[in-house]
Amino acid sequence: MIELKKLSKVFDTGKGSLTAVDHVDLSIGAGEIFGIIGYSGAGKSTLIRLLNGLEKPSDGSVVINGQNITAIKGNDLRKARQKVSMIFQHFNLLWSRTVKENIEFPLEIAGVPKSKRDARVLELVELVGLKGRENAYPSQLSGGQKQRVGIARALANEPEVLLCDEATSALDPQTTDSILELLVDINKRLGLTIVLITHEMHVIRKICHRVAVMEGGRVVELGDVLNVFQSPKEEITKRFVAQVTDTEDSQETIKNLRKLYPTGELVKLVFVGDQTEQPILTQLIRKYPVDVNIVQGNIAHTQRGAYGTLILQMKGSAQEISEALTYLNAESVQTEVMSND
Amino acid sequence: MIESLFPNVDWENMWEATLETLYMTAMSTFFTFVIGLVLGIVLFLTAPKQLWANSIVNWLTGAFVNIFRSIPFIILIILLIPFTKFLIGTIRGPNAALPALIIGAAPFYARMVLIALKEIDKGVIEAARSMGATTWTIIRKVLLPESKPALLSGITVTAIALVGYTAMGGVIGAGGRGTLAFLDGFQRSRDDVTGMATMLVVVIVYAIQLIVDWMAMRSAKR
Repeated sequence: MIELKKLSKVFDTGKGSLTAVDHVDLSIGAGEIFGIIGYSGAGKSTLIRLLNGLEKPSDGSVVINGQNITAIKGNDLRKARQKVSMIFQHFNLLWSRTVKENIEFPLEIAGVPKSKRDARVLELVELVGLKGRENAYPSQLSGGQKQRVGIARALANEPEVLLCDEATSALDPQTTDSILELLVDINKRLGLTIVLITHEMHVIRKICHRVAVMEGGRVVELGDVLNVFQSPKEEITKRFVAQVTDTEDSQETIKNLRKLYPTGELVKLVFVGDQTEQPILTQLIRKYPVDVNIVQGNIAHTQRGAYGTLILQMKGSAQEISEALTYLNAESVQTEVMSND
Repeated sequence: MIESLFPNVDWENMWEATLETLYMTAMSTFFTFVIGLVLGIVLFLTAPKQLWANSIVNWLTGAFVNIFRSIPFIILIILLIPFTKFLIGTIRGPNAALPALIIGAAPFYARMVLIALKEIDKGVIEAARSMGATTWTIIRKVLLPESKPALLSGITVTAIALVGYTAMGGVIGAGGRGTLAFLDGFQRSRDDVTGMATMLVVVIVYAIQLIVDWMAMRSAKR
């Protein structure tokens, strides 16, 4: 669906050149919700703008549905943009137009006749849940409602791809969740491919199928969201994962836990997918003569299943504990004994 | 009562002068609006990183605007005498005042247009581009509607300045109430004529302000 090949963008800052996107190769499938996460300055904003030709690459190519976006310009590019629409962090609505007229805008650009426009706008207003607010002006709407208008506007010309530029970063947590649910709903109902950039792992966890982690213009880690959560490889990815799982296994926390639970061993278990729904602990206690005390636990749901961590205090002989751990590993639960130092 | 307060006022003359002033103001405001708008849009779009980014055109337009904006109006009228003679065929009467009025005011308004356009959120323009809008569509459906209140208040200030300019034009014989106040009033020491002409100018200015305020109020939705 979307193929990025050796995509690079170098900005000339006057004082020198700045590489915003550095040889990125990505392949995004049709109907996928693909997340790109990175801190500000990682190049994700530039990357997403390369996808609809708002920025021209210095090198490499973007191919969407067989069409090379980087090679076309003028009218062809404008036509292509109607199929690759975009929503924004600050909504970017026209304040001089009502909700209805804002949603109508891309249809006017596409040259849709007035009679068809009205019917389509009505449909979209209903789809994003803004019925009754058609004649309000953006200044009369809340942030979440403004983003709904943005989404309706982006969907007006029945695009194949929706690009989300930090679409929830200006919203409060509750509104963020409702907008994310709307995006998942649209993805399922319309089979739309969604590419989103964000700095919040929460957003990735909640709706993405796959994720790419960007740092310094490069994609440093790429994979299924669940796999990335389970075994993040890069330091930066671990930090992002910690944002949501919050197991806080920093040295400081381990020391504190050790102080609180001085006897036995502290063991961290990581469950992924189906295992989170199995009664593994019950089995463990029944089969092995160890005492188990739950110290801390956490579970996070992603689009591809759940991911959980559990810290246990295990009491028993070294032999018994070792056997219990072997059992857990056999059930493919990752274990890690938290050392004393 | 009025006769005794304004013994020297020739009402027919006064009425004719008022019409001349209104004519000059209306015509010059209209052309200033059109030319200023075009200049302002060109200045905006040719600036670096904008849709028509072009440093040469931007510099030339900027230079034109700055030069004509900084020449005092009374000097501009005199400098433009040959041009006016060529264009209108005479340097007397209301029409002869128009070239100087427009050339004096359009650059001034162009700057206000530029300020108004710069106020528009860049993201809105980017959104329109992401929908596949042409630059012409962006001008017509984004830039102009989004900056309408600022464009309107800008043209009010300009129109009121133009009422003042027409009076200056009157001094060199353009007609209108400037001529009346200066030649019939001041130079013949008829203070009542000068006073009446001034009062009517105030009325015109107020009328312009009221009309445009009302229009701006209707278009402000932010």
